[in-house]
Amino acid sequence: MALSSVLRSESADFADSFNQPFAHGCGLKQAGLGFGEAVDDSLNFAVKPLGEGDEPERKIEFLHGTTTLAFKFQHGVIVAVDSRATAGSYIASQTVKKVIEINPYLLGTMAGGAADCSFWERLLARQCRIYELRNKERISVAAASKLLANMVYQYKGMGLSMGTMVCGWDKRGPGLYYVDSEGNRVCGDLFAVGSGSMYAYGVVDSGLRHDLTVEEACDLGRRAIYQATYRDAYSGGQVNLYRVHSDGWERVSQEDVLQLHIKYESEKA
Amino acid sequence: MEYLIGIQGPDFVLVAADNVAASSIIQMKHDYDKMFKLSEKILLLCVGEAGDTVQFAEYIQKNVQLYKMRNGYELSPAAAANFTRKNLADYLRSRTPYHVNLLLAGYDEADGPGLYYMDYLSALAKAPFAAHGYGAFLTLSILDRHYRPDLTREEAVDLLKKCLEELNKRFILNLPSFTVRLIDKDGIHDMEKLPVGPK
Repeated sequence: MALSSVLRSESADFADSFNQPFAHGCGLKQAGLGFGEAVDDSLNFAVKPLGEGDEPERKIEFLHGTTTLAFKFQHGVIVAVDSRATAGSYIASQTVKKVIEINPYLLGTMAGGAADCSFWERLLARQCRIYELRNKERISVAAASKLLANMVYQYKGMGLSMGTMVCGWDKRGPGLYYVDSEGNRVCGDLFAVGSGSMYAYGVVDSGLRHDLTVEEACDLGRRAIYQATYRDAYSGGQVNLYRVHSDGWERVSQEDVLQLHIKYESEKA
Repeated sequence: MEYLIGIQGPDFVLVAADNVAASSIIQMKHDYDKMFKLSEKILLLCVGEAGDTVQFAEYIQKNVQLYKMRNGYELSPAAAANFTRKNLADYLRSRTPYHVNLLLAGYDEADGPGLYYMDYLSALAKAPFAAHGYGAFLTLSILDRHYRPDLTREEAVDLLKKCLEELNKRFILNLPSFTVRLIDKDGIHDMEKLPVGPK
């Protein structure tokens, strides 16, 4: 479903699947979540998987200046994000809401271009609502993530920047999918997305068990984001924590990273 | 980074794919299934560019199923392979080519087992054994050396294990586990996941 056909008609026309939509001049230098397109951004190294093309340079690319994570456990899904937005090396904001409330039982996280994430997830919210009205039942997390993945796949290669996790609870239990603008869509129990993701993975991987209590799981998520903000310059601000359970999502806490630092340091002593 | 392998025997085809779904330097998933079931006796193994793999493989999968619904009988593996290649070729010189490498494995009542190798330039070759990925460089010679057309199932699995051990020994990247499936006249059988070396 290309954007134009989604907005034009309710019955999406699946036959013209590869209609190239009108690509707006995408301004890549959005003051969004730090897709560092600044010419002098030295933190731009990218490794291309499958070097079958003829790219002479090989760089590791730490994209999307942010840290977001989500993991499943027995009582649902924990979603933890930071709140810093950067434009190159300038911190544009420390109070960004990186969790998008798609509907009362689905959450999406934001990494990459802020406009891309919030726009496409808002469109996803619309499609989910239409599904609900047509089928008289809530949309599953798998279907919602597939809708989003198919929507952005149409724009692959045109400069969209979005790395998001779709988290929710449906009749199969807790659901967690990672979807990005490259076309990846993967189901899993734990994901971390953004420039600080590797630091977050380290903490969550070593502390995650299926039988965590709600309190322990929240602490783990909070700690992982805090550790990532400690090491990653492009992550910081506050840690926003949400939990998705069988009746929907709830906002658990918002804590400033500096306060967390003081707290953890004093616990060490 | 990704690895596919197929070995054809006298009445079966053995296929294996690694289970890693990676994004840059991170393993996002350790148990990702890269095989798509086109029909009761045909599997499509698909690796390549993120997004293109799933979109293309699902497109082929749905069309093969549609053929069955319309006509009442299934496409044979050879027909499915040629259909897949034609689609790849049609999109190759469009603005949206699919960058995917494929292995199609199937069992036909009339022709027996078949393994088809396809690459992103839309080449198609029916082969007794085949592999995709960097790992292929290390393992094709092992297959050349030890393959015989009259392999039994156990010998084929041993040959596969030899290949995976070589990967574990010499390939710079860690591929901890592989999904293994076998196709014969009775359909598709899941075999135990092969973990090679320390997990």
